[in-house]
Amino acid sequence: MSIALFRIDDRLIHGQVVVGWGQPLHVGFIVLVDDAVRASPWEQDLYRMGVPSDLEVVFASTEEALKRLPEWENDPRVGILLAGDIGTLVALSANSLQVKRINLGGIHHRPGRSQRLRYVYLSDAEAEDLRRLAAQGVEITAQDVPTARAVPLQEFA
Amino acid sequence: MSEATRGVIVSHAAVAQALVSAVAAITGVSDALVAVSNDGCDSGALAERLGRAIGDKPAVLFVDLPGGSCLTSAVRLAKGKTDVAVITGVNLAMLLDFVFHRDLSPAEAARRAAEAGTRAIRTPAA
Repeated sequence: MSIALFRIDDRLIHGQVVVGWGQPLHVGFIVLVDDAVRASPWEQDLYRMGVPSDLEVVFASTEEALKRLPEWENDPRVGILLAGDIGTLVALSANSLQVKRINLGGIHHRPGRSQRLRYVYLSDAEAEDLRRLAAQGVEITAQDVPTARAVPLQEFA
Repeated sequence: MSEATRGVIVSHAAVAQALVSAVAAITGVSDALVAVSNDGCDSGALAERLGRAIGDKPAVLFVDLPGGSCLTSAVRLAKGKTDVAVITGVNLAMLLDFVFHRDLSPAEAARRAAEAGTRAIRTPAA
């Protein structure tokens, strides 16, 4: 198997990821790519809470993720790679051809962002980054849970 | 007399508000609990909502699930505070116990509430 979902979600590990996607995909591991969480054992313990014991959580910095992506892609289990911001996935995509699809699962309001969908707010620069990735062949859709429609990027950015 | 401990219910969608309404309907107590939903929030926005709900009062944070965004925000906020306790798996039975024991410290009120909530989980023969 491989990474079934490359997801951007600023809530990181939470119910939609563990249950909403994890159950139907029969996920065996979640990779959380976040430099700050990677540096904090306390934050890692926090994100492990509530994750079933048979679901492995791997914490990685962006740099580590770039090195280990081929390993995760060859893992016999199904995985989800999760990042909290667009910049992390842009960095991974720029340095790896393995990121072919990106799921926008939750990017919430902050100053400078405008609402694009109920759960997607983007600044103009973030929208431009996503359009650039799409132009390079990465399929980008917004879909908070599997039962929702996958909304193509061109409909909201 | 020390200030009564406040209960803050932190949940997905409208669960928290529904529990506040149910407690008021059963007990007539309407000033003990505050509802906070994570709807539309990233972790920063949820932390702000929680901070406003607690104010500077002693509080027990009743979280719906033992993991996820509601819990991570609650635990971050309670970190290092002796007057804020966190309990997960909120149910109506634990809230009914809590509203009548708000004179206890947050830690003691949370311990009692956890026991009451656990006792309420049964599988009666049909």
